[in-house]
Amino acid sequence: MNTPVRRLASVVLAMFLVLMASASWVQYVQAPSLNADQRNVRTLYNEYGNPRGPIVAGGESVALSEPVDDAFGYQRLYPDPEAYAAVTGYYSVVFGRTGLEREVNDQLTGRADSLFWTRLQDLLTGRRAQGSAVETTIVPAAQQAAYEALGDQRGAAVAIDPRTGAILALVSTPSFDPNLLAGHDTAVVNEAYRALEADEGRPLVNRAIAGDTYPPGSTFKLVTAAAALEAGLTPDAEVFAPRELDLPLTSATVTNFGGAACDATDTTTLANALRVSCNTAFAQLGLDLGDDALRRQAEAFGFGEPLRVPLRVTPSTFPADPDAPQTAISAIGQFDVSATPMQMAMVSAAIANGGVQMQPYLVERVRTADLDVVEQASPTELRRPISAATASALREMMIEVVASGTGQSAQIDGVEVAGKTGTAQHAAGEDPHAWFTGFAPAQDPQVAVAVVVERGGSMGSEATGGRVAAPIARAIMQAVMDR
Amino acid sequence: MATVAEHTVRPRRGAELGLLAVAVLLGTGAYAIIGLNVTGEIPANTRNYSLGLAALALGAHLVLRWRAPYADPVILPVTIALNGIGLAMIFRLDLATRNNDIPDTFASRQLAWTTLGVVLASLVLVALRDHRTLRRFTYTAMVVALGFVVLPLVPGLGRTINGARIWIHLGSQSLQPAELAKIALAVFFAGYLVTNRETLALAGPRVLGLQLPRWRDLGPILLVWVFSLAILVLQRDLGTSLLFFGLFVAMLYLATERISWIVIGLVLFLGGASLAAASFAHVGARFHAWLHAFDPEVFEAAYGGSGQLVRGLFGMASGGLFGTGWGEGRPQLVPYAESDFIVASLGEELGLTGLLAILVLYLVLVQRGLRTAIGVRDGFGKLLAGGLAFTIAWQCFVVVGGVTRLIPLTGLAMPFLAYGGSALLANWIIVALLLRISDSARRPAPTASSPLVLGPDPVAATPEEAPAFAGEGGADDGALGADGRPSQVVRPGGERA
Repeated sequence: MNTPVRRLASVVLAMFLVLMASASWVQYVQAPSLNADQRNVRTLYNEYGNPRGPIVAGGESVALSEPVDDAFGYQRLYPDPEAYAAVTGYYSVVFGRTGLEREVNDQLTGRADSLFWTRLQDLLTGRRAQGSAVETTIVPAAQQAAYEALGDQRGAAVAIDPRTGAILALVSTPSFDPNLLAGHDTAVVNEAYRALEADEGRPLVNRAIAGDTYPPGSTFKLVTAAAALEAGLTPDAEVFAPRELDLPLTSATVTNFGGAACDATDTTTLANALRVSCNTAFAQLGLDLGDDALRRQAEAFGFGEPLRVPLRVTPSTFPADPDAPQTAISAIGQFDVSATPMQMAMVSAAIANGGVQMQPYLVERVRTADLDVVEQASPTELRRPISAATASALREMMIEVVASGTGQSAQIDGVEVAGKTGTAQHAAGEDPHAWFTGFAPAQDPQVAVAVVVERGGSMGSEATGGRVAAPIARAIMQAVMDR
Repeated sequence: MATVAEHTVRPRRGAELGLLAVAVLLGTGAYAIIGLNVTGEIPANTRNYSLGLAALALGAHLVLRWRAPYADPVILPVTIALNGIGLAMIFRLDLATRNNDIPDTFASRQLAWTTLGVVLASLVLVALRDHRTLRRFTYTAMVVALGFVVLPLVPGLGRTINGARIWIHLGSQSLQPAELAKIALAVFFAGYLVTNRETLALAGPRVLGLQLPRWRDLGPILLVWVFSLAILVLQRDLGTSLLFFGLFVAMLYLATERISWIVIGLVLFLGGASLAAASFAHVGARFHAWLHAFDPEVFEAAYGGSGQLVRGLFGMASGGLFGTGWGEGRPQLVPYAESDFIVASLGEELGLTGLLAILVLYLVLVQRGLRTAIGVRDGFGKLLAGGLAFTIAWQCFVVVGGVTRLIPLTGLAMPFLAYGGSALLANWIIVALLLRISDSARRPAPTASSPLVLGPDPVAATPEEAPAFAGEGGADDGALGADGRPSQVVRPGGERA
């Protein structure tokens, strides 16, 4: 009877080998797809259950995880929630992630490829995996200044270091408290989310980069002026600037703000047209240059191009095939031209940086829990939308705008500021959006900004870019230069 | 191999003691680490727990020294290790579900059952001086087995838990008598088959190159088949049905050496199971949940779905190669993580590495049991040891295969690991029987100078070439004698020192 026992022993061995293969199949071969399964709450728990790295601005954490005694183990906290919501986004058990919480999730959880060696060390030393700290380029003073200056108004502000592309401030108002969505009580979080969704101020929309884009209004005249300069005009060139410009093909006319004249005569210099934001002059320039030239220049500044900073920036647009009257009003930033505050800040930044547009970025460096730097941003050139000469000419023209034109509210004592205002009509009977974009110090730019305030903000129909948006821009630029 | 061992065999109880120390350390170490990882401190009662587990191991060891000095030295340590790992995991799950606030935790109950199991195993070793005694109870065992299986169907006594009517309740405890029935069945099969093996091995018609048995000999296997199907249908328990039938087919093969029995058995079982799957919703649902485990509607199904299975797979996957570590995973997310799915829990926290190590422990245990079957001199002992060892392997296969989605999920308990009193008691008794049989397998053969020469000398000298079934049986009968305690007489005088 020993032969069958021996055979049975072989069968048993085979059975166990099959079991081992089966276990290996589940735990090794199939494991990645099982771990990625939507229904696998473990993945969620593991992610929430590990210390997530903080998001840092100016050495202070603006998002951090603290151990708590519940199923998740860690609670995400936002110490200065509203001011930084546009940067951090939220991190919710129920609604997932937005903002940097989403875009640098791999670094925050410690899963990024750049953290491979760290993970290997953790594995060997048996230490629990820890997320890395993400240090942003945000300057807290500028962020705070922007958030406070925008106040109760709906709008957004972006500040960029034109020399590097580092984003110094990124604010959207009304803001929201990410702490409300980061809670672990599903019912409470759902309630908070519903309330935010229902809020007519739409606080969850990041107006600075990804809201509905806005008609840029007169700030787009920088692009038109750039196209004109690139086409060979000089700031001193005389341009046609009547009190009222008849548009071809239609009975419609373009007038200046308040029906005013731009100059004593029907012509003015290009520089003066920008200084007083002369609609008729730029509409005529648009007609002279044609829509193709305008579109080329707009795209050279980044219109229509996808962009990640690493937050996703909605592409700004210039209409695809406008007729002549549409081209004329596109040239003054109306019709179907639309732009994000990020895009307009990039226009100013390119002008400030001698025609070289730097890639905007929000993450300065990533550090492991051991403070080893595993990722470090290096400024990279994105485009050269205009020549250095054009940039220099535009700079002088923008200085005049602030010195004696529509943007005087942006003046800073002892600092030369360059800028451009905008007051954008967007719908009949609605108060206009107020814009300002510019940079300072004009000759050695440290900061380029763009500010938009929806529907005139607190001034309503009385609003202009100069009155409403320029003071906010000034506050931000001041904060950056005081740092 | 047994022939060679005959001359070199030593009791090796010292080796067993060393291995036991390792096994106890494994269990108590896990206990301490779990406390450290889950609550931040080593559990306050670690010392007492360690001493208790060590005392159990030492107690069993001393019983072996006293009553079965030649017993296999590996079986007990492996069992203690598995039991300790199971206890640690159950304790860990108690912590996770905060059951530990109540005094009557899963872990404390399992510890009580473990103690009872070791005590019972010791009693078996003390009371049963020779496994051949059991052969006299062949048909009693059959009646007992049938009784155990039928018990849950008795109104007022039986209980339906999760759709399966395999439980009885005595006082506050629920028992699964089928677990005990498997031992009685193994005894019955061994006794029945050792008597009838020649008849069953007789050649019948040849079909497709397979030597089939005679038609009239098909009776017993058909009976067991009907019995298994009845369990499947009446008690809605695929696992027990599969366990009994597998046990029978394996022992039938051991007794007759005819592959045809295995083929017939497999055909019968697959036929019956597919018939049952087509006819009975609860069996069909198991198959459906197995084949379409990842379909959303099957996964979401409140009853009879694959939610538990897939959650178990998620757990094992999250453990990966090296596991999360004791106390660092989330095995409590799987329903019945401490019993049916303890394998998934261990896979999650100890990783593939740990799970493979545990499977190797089982493999060692089973192979030691089969080695006992080879070494023992009598046919009954061979069949019983082989059958009992195989039930452990078979149960592992059905459980781990079910949890890893190799085969449909059944609902058997992983021997020694899973929470459950009846299973633990039954498996400790199995270990006691294997130890008892291994003692007589490894004990030096009686020599011609022995006081009693009734022992089958030629058979003992070359046990693996023992073809004389009748003679062996006769020897057994003779050896049992009037007092039924032949081992006392056969045992060499000096070995108790």
